[in-house]
Amino acid sequence: MAGLELLSDQGYRVDGRRAGELRKIQARMGVFSQADGSAYIEQGNTKALAVVYGPHEIRGSRSRALPDRALVNCQYSSATFSTGERKRRPHGDRKSCEMGLQLRQTFEAAILTQLHPRSQIDIYVQVLQADGGTYAACVNAATLAVLDAGIPMRDFVCACSAGFVDGTALADLSHVEEAAGGPQLALALLPASGQIALLEMDARLHEDHLERVLEAAARAARDVHTLLDRVVRQHVREASVLLGD
Amino acid sequence: MAMEMRLPVARKPLSESLGRETKKHLVVPGDTITTDTGFMRGHGTYMGEEKLIASVAGSVERVNKLVCVKALKTRYNGEVGDIVVGRITEVQQKRWKVETNSRLDSVLLLSSMNLPGGELLGQGVLVQVSPSLVKRQKTHFHDLPCGASVILGNNGFIWIYPTPEHKEEDAGGFIANLEPVSLTDREVISRLRNCIVSLVTQRMMLYDTSILYCYEASLPHQIKDILKPEIMEEIVMETRQRLLEQEG
Repeated sequence: MAGLELLSDQGYRVDGRRAGELRKIQARMGVFSQADGSAYIEQGNTKALAVVYGPHEIRGSRSRALPDRALVNCQYSSATFSTGERKRRPHGDRKSCEMGLQLRQTFEAAILTQLHPRSQIDIYVQVLQADGGTYAACVNAATLAVLDAGIPMRDFVCACSAGFVDGTALADLSHVEEAAGGPQLALALLPASGQIALLEMDARLHEDHLERVLEAAARAARDVHTLLDRVVRQHVREASVLLGD
Repeated sequence: MAMEMRLPVARKPLSESLGRETKKHLVVPGDTITTDTGFMRGHGTYMGEEKLIASVAGSVERVNKLVCVKALKTRYNGEVGDIVVGRITEVQQKRWKVETNSRLDSVLLLSSMNLPGGELLGQGVLVQVSPSLVKRQKTHFHDLPCGASVILGNNGFIWIYPTPEHKEEDAGGFIANLEPVSLTDREVISRLRNCIVSLVTQRMMLYDTSILYCYEASLPHQIKDILKPEIMEEIVMETRQRLLEQEG
């Protein structure tokens, strides 16, 4: 069988990582001053930018206003230059709409929407370079952006993807591993309580293996949380020092 | 139109060059603030099982029995007696909807247009900043000696306009003054606007003294150069020095 060996005999993946190892993550908050909140994240070669506006008055039809909660509106867009071949429609296609809905579901679970009735929170995510794990990068970037905007959340939302090859669960899949066609799972987790905000998989996986893959994804999401936590604390400390006591 | 391009350069975080540390208790969402149930919970917190958990990233403030977390950046929350500057977004039958950088749009009833304390503004420049950077003072209307006046709205909207030479008694109603503003006034106003933007980028509190010192520190530079990162840092550093000297 010709093709790439996703997991070598010594336990190394295509890019030299171990099975449960994450790619290098770098993140920054407050990249745009015009928006209420913004953040940029790089997970390996996947780069995502998130911008948050709100809470503000509902634009457009007033009838959509919810009397007891805020409306969360998410839009996902991936740049035309983000993939190997130039994409023709950056947003409005089926995948973007579905991602937008998934992001909305994730953040409605985490944001304390009851504190802002009749208002709207907009989250816009843009993928600048897609090398696998785009949903996870979007969720992580959006979490940082929501925190930057000062919108109250129950906890961080940390996400990671996971797959299953040769009896081993792999965490944080890159594009090559995703394209190989094995089962892939995307998990968004609230780390402090261990609650799952979103779990998605569209492939076939034997139920005996589900536990292991889920465990790998959860562990990876907690590692992401450690990193994001550090980034946020650093940002808060810096701003606090500049403002003075 | 002149263009300038530059290559990316790594810069040190500013707090290092200040050499200070903060004494505040900083939290991020999900952090437990306290397990003591005797406290009343304020903004920025929520009750988990048996413990008080932070919901925003910021510093913890404790006032007697009240615990709250003050986020770094929020939309404006109104308080009685605040001065706000707003932008009219919608005109309805008996009222106007005003955008004030808060969570919902504010309402201005037409019947309150002629009441004292509210006025429509003529020509000038609006600068939008984060509400947390506007210091609370006794008065928010300042006539700066450089030739322009400034209104620091608590909601983060700052209005810069040329100082009117004479204050007339308006008989009620608003007469738009559409005379062209002189070049010197316009230069002063643009310089002030750039100074305010640079103070905001370096996260300094905005009040009349800080804006004035920043303006004076920026005089040796050209107006359009003020927004360059190195010059911005230099000017704001000088402003900080002067403010520290003045305090004590």
